[in-house]
Amino acid sequence: MTLTGWSQIALVLALVVACAVPFSAFIARVFAGERTFLSPVVGPVERGFYRLAGVDPGREQDWLGYTLAMVVFSIAGFLSLYALQRLQGVLPLNPRGFDAVAPDLAFNTSTSFITNTNWQNYSGETTMSHLTQMLGLTVHNFVSAATGLAMAFALARGFVRSSAQTVGNFWADLTRITLYLLLPLAFVLAFALVALGVPQTLLGAVDATTLEGAKQTISIGPVASQEIIKELGTNGGGFFNANSAHPFENPNAWTNLLQIFAILLIPTASVLAFGRVVGQVRQGSAILATMAVFVLIGILVVYWSEAAGNPILAALGVDPSLGNFEGKEVRFGQAMSALFTTATSGTSTGAVNSMFDSYTPLGGLVPMFNLLAGCIWPGGVGAGLYGFLVVAIIAVFIAGLMVGRTPEYLGKKIEAREMKLSMLAVLIYPLIVLGFVGASVLLQTALDSLGNSGPHGLSEIIYLFASSNANNGSAFAGINGNTLWFNTTGGLAMLLGRFAYVVPVLALAGSLAAKKKIPASAGTFPTDGPLFVGLLVGVIVILYLLQYFPALALGPVVEHALMLAGKTY
Amino acid sequence: MSSHKSKPQSLFDTRIIGVAAVDALRKLDPRALARNPVIFVTEVVSALVTVLFVRDLVVHNGQAAFSGQIAAWLWFTVLFANFAEAVAEGRGKAQADALRRTRTDTPARRYANPENLRGPLETVNALDLKLDDVVFVEAGEIIPGDGEILEGVASVNESAITGESAPVIREAGGDRSAVTGGTTVLSDWLKLRITAAPGSTFIDRMIALVEGAERQKTPNEMALSILLSGLTLIFLIVCVTLWPIARYSGTELSATVLIALLVCLIPTTIGGLLSAIGIAGMDRLIRFNVIATSGRAVEAAGDVDTLLLDKTGTITFGNRMATEFLPVAGVRVDDLAAAALASSLADETPEGRSIVALAKGDFGLPDPDLDPAETKVVRFAAQTRISGVDVGTRSVRKGAIDSILRYLKTSMDRTPHEFRQAVERVAMSGGTPLAVADNGRLLGVIHLKDIVKPGIKERFAALRAMGIRTVMVTGDNPVTAAAIASEAGVDDFLAEATPEDKLGYIRKQQFGGRLIAMCGDGTNDAPALAQADVGVAMQTGTQAAREAGNMVDLDSNPTKLIEIVEIGKQLLMTRGSLTTFSIANDVAKYFAILPALFLATYPELAGLNVMRLASPQSAILSAVIFNALIIIALIPLALNGVAYRPVGAAALLRRNLLIYGLGGLVLPFVGIKAIDLLVAALHLA
Repeated sequence: MTLTGWSQIALVLALVVACAVPFSAFIARVFAGERTFLSPVVGPVERGFYRLAGVDPGREQDWLGYTLAMVVFSIAGFLSLYALQRLQGVLPLNPRGFDAVAPDLAFNTSTSFITNTNWQNYSGETTMSHLTQMLGLTVHNFVSAATGLAMAFALARGFVRSSAQTVGNFWADLTRITLYLLLPLAFVLAFALVALGVPQTLLGAVDATTLEGAKQTISIGPVASQEIIKELGTNGGGFFNANSAHPFENPNAWTNLLQIFAILLIPTASVLAFGRVVGQVRQGSAILATMAVFVLIGILVVYWSEAAGNPILAALGVDPSLGNFEGKEVRFGQAMSALFTTATSGTSTGAVNSMFDSYTPLGGLVPMFNLLAGCIWPGGVGAGLYGFLVVAIIAVFIAGLMVGRTPEYLGKKIEAREMKLSMLAVLIYPLIVLGFVGASVLLQTALDSLGNSGPHGLSEIIYLFASSNANNGSAFAGINGNTLWFNTTGGLAMLLGRFAYVVPVLALAGSLAAKKKIPASAGTFPTDGPLFVGLLVGVIVILYLLQYFPALALGPVVEHALMLAGKTY
Repeated sequence: MSSHKSKPQSLFDTRIIGVAAVDALRKLDPRALARNPVIFVTEVVSALVTVLFVRDLVVHNGQAAFSGQIAAWLWFTVLFANFAEAVAEGRGKAQADALRRTRTDTPARRYANPENLRGPLETVNALDLKLDDVVFVEAGEIIPGDGEILEGVASVNESAITGESAPVIREAGGDRSAVTGGTTVLSDWLKLRITAAPGSTFIDRMIALVEGAERQKTPNEMALSILLSGLTLIFLIVCVTLWPIARYSGTELSATVLIALLVCLIPTTIGGLLSAIGIAGMDRLIRFNVIATSGRAVEAAGDVDTLLLDKTGTITFGNRMATEFLPVAGVRVDDLAAAALASSLADETPEGRSIVALAKGDFGLPDPDLDPAETKVVRFAAQTRISGVDVGTRSVRKGAIDSILRYLKTSMDRTPHEFRQAVERVAMSGGTPLAVADNGRLLGVIHLKDIVKPGIKERFAALRAMGIRTVMVTGDNPVTAAAIASEAGVDDFLAEATPEDKLGYIRKQQFGGRLIAMCGDGTNDAPALAQADVGVAMQTGTQAAREAGNMVDLDSNPTKLIEIVEIGKQLLMTRGSLTTFSIANDVAKYFAILPALFLATYPELAGLNVMRLASPQSAILSAVIFNALIIIALIPLALNGVAYRPVGAAALLRRNLLIYGLGGLVLPFVGIKAIDLLVAALHLA
């Protein structure tokens, strides 16, 4: 670890927080449907959409209506994306003449993009036409993120409102988030990427003659436009297979900084915006501080572990001074790889600028733990906020009784119904991840996909399901996911991880909104200070440790112990 | 507050323990245990390990000693949980039995025709009385059931239920017409209409509640059960999937160790103590002579954030008292005191007595030496509102200002300037001025004042620190009310309050999300009692009031509302603290069991064995034993409740987190290590 490395990390994080504070005020205005400085330009477009779709943005839905609208929208998105991939061979903007995507892959990819996962069992540059990338994948990069934030808005309304029946209008939220937040940001930042050297063209590929005189086909395309929303929308699906390690997606240190910034900006700002809309900025700050604890510890562990390197290699005479550089890009270095990794796994982005399979065991443990926790620090666009709030509700319930009152969070009593819905949501994660991992290790066909045996092989399988389930989409690599078993189970994990989680969350929103808001007093469980931050950290660590400690012990932990003992397997 | 508390019950009364031990076995019935998912799961897997133990015995695989001990301790875990509940029930029952003894085999004299109260009487057993029967009770008899007085006035000894030996007057009509079964008539007679069928009187209902037969889960208990069930499910998933994952890693885990791990992880501690905590909460109330008609009410008491307190009797001592003498110019204060004393000798009202007390006490005046032959006493009468004495030609009078002015045939504007000033000052401060006249001359003013109970202001401050607002309800005018409110330190007051005002105030506060507790005794209090989240009816109150509230205070002491809130808070705190403790315990158990499971395959994991436990088997056994014993160890805490302090929520949280959160993390490391040393020394594993 170096001072320069830490300075870079501190610079990026400071930049994120500095921009998130004012940006959160903007998000709060979009949340409330208030007028913003973009209204003169975007307003007419927004109203045009409502007219076209016959939606009255003022007519609010109850939680079930909101959920149904979200589900219908997702199904429609799935079908259109599936059709687009299957028909891309006969559709325009296909300069390299790719054929239709295979049915199972098209299914997997559609599932992956409507759930904001962006797990990719294909290489974009050799599979998808420009039309599929732009009209299909890029569009879903926007709307799946907008859908996530819309659900967080609904849950936030549950806390804001008192004795209310409705939680907002899904169509209006979706439209506003896309038009006011995502599009303008993506538009501006995509230009920045282009200026920094990321390609943006409708050409398919460039043929080059190498120094040896060989012919080489270099894929290019509308990269910058997809790249920026890949980060902003915490999607993670790269234009190229190598994702943000690819020199055309992420050519230099500046684009790398911009990408990390783009990953963290909206999740961070939406947490602060939550504090604003519930009327106490401190509530949002407390949540963000809790998240920051996990982010900082994550960065520290990855950076330290990778900088320390592998004692086995050192023993073989490899110069240990650079630490473990396998799978990392020299133009980013270890510090910015550690930060990128923590950011991409702490959010549900899943873009990578280095390969986790090559990390040291503890370095790989960090993104894995982040995924197992559901990517909630600071989390995917919207998804992180509602995911974290569910955990916060459980933590408040466990500890809240200790002040001698029925637990309440932000003025809402946490009672049997809220507990039922929260537990229903969090039960999904271990059920899917541990269930599918347990089943996979019993199946020889599944084990055949592994690139490694022993603890590292187990890590690869755990990572795959954790990533699908948390809708992250990053891969540990070293495992061939494009098999019938992993396509199916991975697809199921993505679907359940998104929809089986958010339905209880939206029901929770409805249940909270219907409750009276209790005024705070000296007897109220304090949820805005360091005490609460410490409590949340403790409860989260214990809850997740208890769930995944055995699996982690047999994966990265034992791998680390073996490495220290100088053993390979 | 402690004067009415019945004798402190020893925590482990041997009789209760004996009965509870038997009950613990009886409660093994899975149909009964299904109400408690955590312990139910424990029982199912205990049976499973028992089967495995038998198999190990039969096939002689050398595992029998281990699986046998695990099975035994798993059964102990279930039994200890049952025992905790049984002890709590036993203590409640002991309390209830004492009450029930009062009503067995009471004879009752019933009117053959309830329409004809002059008709013949027949003697029946009290248990055979039906609703709306009319009975006759006279001095020396026990009242056979809860009832409403139709005719008669009697003094009744209610000590059987209140522990208060002073008799109370009960009479037809008005707010004192309800009587309780089991109390004794001391004088005169009563004709009562029975208002509760046998088996549904207050005492019956209370007995049913503590005995657990009718106990329903309270809302918070339900929510907590859901959390515990959810955690149980999660750990079930963890343990079931651990088998294939371990197999992949080259370790074949036996069902016995997986089950041991499961039971250590699922929250058996809080799961086992949950119902005991609830019952103990009700029991604490009963020992406090308050009967709650549902567990829900006790819980709501902890959530209350506004207390509606009647001024009279709660905040002030019911009666106004003389506090100063304010003479007009030219009159010595001692002369005024002497005149006030003389004029009040014949005033037997509390106010009159307080004037005598002030004059004799603070001014050290002797009893006036009055010649009975020359003295003519003018007694206080409600009509004249004047009392006094005529000695020879001298006549001294004291009374309400307007009455004295009328007596002197004068009017306010003709009185001395200082007199008017004094009257105004007393009125402004919320007191009541009385005038004293001697032979037609105004001497001055007596200041009568509502005396705020000592220490009440500090209690209100403590409540405020807990986030609880106090609201004083009084029939006084706003000026008087404001003065007393500020002196007592309440947060708000309702002056000139009618029962409708009270109800309206409660509704308004509830609409704003607040929870209200109040107490009342009159029939006109009933709607407000019913509307309040915690409505404490006084035992001396009317039947309507007692039906409307969800608690009855047998001592009829409205100040107890504050303690009721504290008991509710203590109940919730105990639950929360033990939940936190239970979950925090799991960390150490992982560190005990996981290395034990995988050390054979991966000796490199020895670093995780932070407790340096002797052997894998002793590690697992020690964790299971700790898990069982901790339930027994925590029974006293569950029954007595965690210490409550009236400090703010933040301070409470910090304190409890430190004790039960951090303590819950650390203690099992120590405990498991100690048990492991013992297990290794005894060669148990």
